[in-house]
Amino acid sequence: MATYQLTVNGQHKQVDVDPSTPLLWVLREELKMTGTKYGCGISVCGACTVHVDGVATRSCVVPISLLSDRPIVTIEGIGSDPVGRVVQDSWVDKDVVQCGYCQSGQIMNAVALLKANPKPTNVDIEESMGGNLCRCATYVRIREAIKRASQQLK
Amino acid sequence: MLANQRLLPLGFVPLLIGSLIWIGLSARGVEIRGTKTSTADTRIEDGLVAWERIYSVLTSPRCINCHTATNHPQQGDDRHRHFANVIRGPQGKGVPGLSCISCHQSANADSTGVPGGRNWHLAPLSMRWQDQNDQPLPSAVVCRSLIDRAKNGGLDGQALLKHHEEEPLVLWAWNPGRRLDGTMRTLPPLTHDDFVAATRQWINAGMPCPR
Repeated sequence: MATYQLTVNGQHKQVDVDPSTPLLWVLREELKMTGTKYGCGISVCGACTVHVDGVATRSCVVPISLLSDRPIVTIEGIGSDPVGRVVQDSWVDKDVVQCGYCQSGQIMNAVALLKANPKPTNVDIEESMGGNLCRCATYVRIREAIKRASQQLK
Repeated sequence: MLANQRLLPLGFVPLLIGSLIWIGLSARGVEIRGTKTSTADTRIEDGLVAWERIYSVLTSPRCINCHTATNHPQQGDDRHRHFANVIRGPQGKGVPGLSCISCHQSANADSTGVPGGRNWHLAPLSMRWQDQNDQPLPSAVVCRSLIDRAKNGGLDGQALLKHHEEEPLVLWAWNPGRRLDGTMRTLPPLTHDDFVAATRQWINAGMPCPR
């Protein structure tokens, strides 16, 4: 066990965990922030996506020991971000969600895309979102919501 | 008279051909009439042997998986396409939302089976060592790419040696971490010391490439 100081959604947190513990389980089990979902556990599906120092990151495969002092933003905090707010509004407007399990990861990834590329083409969206799986197959609505958010961000 | 003028030079043709053959063989260091192979030619031959050792490393999965000709990296000893629809991206670092560092951190994550190293990224297309069918390019083609400063990032021999000695992602190949099942990833066929020694020998020989 080791002690780690984290900044999560702008707030300081301290956890005592094994250094090999993935960030996902620190969030869910130690900090009780369950908005970030466990899907595959091997970085294939994207359900666990959070932002680490602004980079969309698969939290299920990143051990806490490799985070250092980089700030973390989760689905619980992304609404405080201007781009995140617009993306969440677009998700509601387009009624994207079906079962919803993958959607926190989808939103975190979409925000990362729009921050880097505010005017993504369909190809850009497919390339950036192609690693986020949705068993309900809401892909068309996800793309529509990203396009709406892109327009809102003009 | 005219016939003699035409025939006379023809008489020199066999002599000329013989001279050219002798010069050519001598230049290649082939033993002729008891003449020993020259030191310079031996060095080139040794350089070519060293190059083939280098090539064996460059085409091992730990290296060639990120020197693809396609729009995606590979993974595993069978060099299959990287999962999760990961693509190259404009800088060889993936795309926003799905970049290399979305998973690959600054060091190996043995507890989750994800390899890592500083500035994880694909090699540029100019340094592709495979064809579009994911087959390794021939030794001579890879060699010519490696010595072409227009393709290799402007590296001369000494810079190439330094790259092989110190570049973190090169060094990673000899410390590739564990797979998700806990087993160690396979290593290149040479030790890093032998790889560097082969590189030095090849460079000292003038970086010869096979035909």
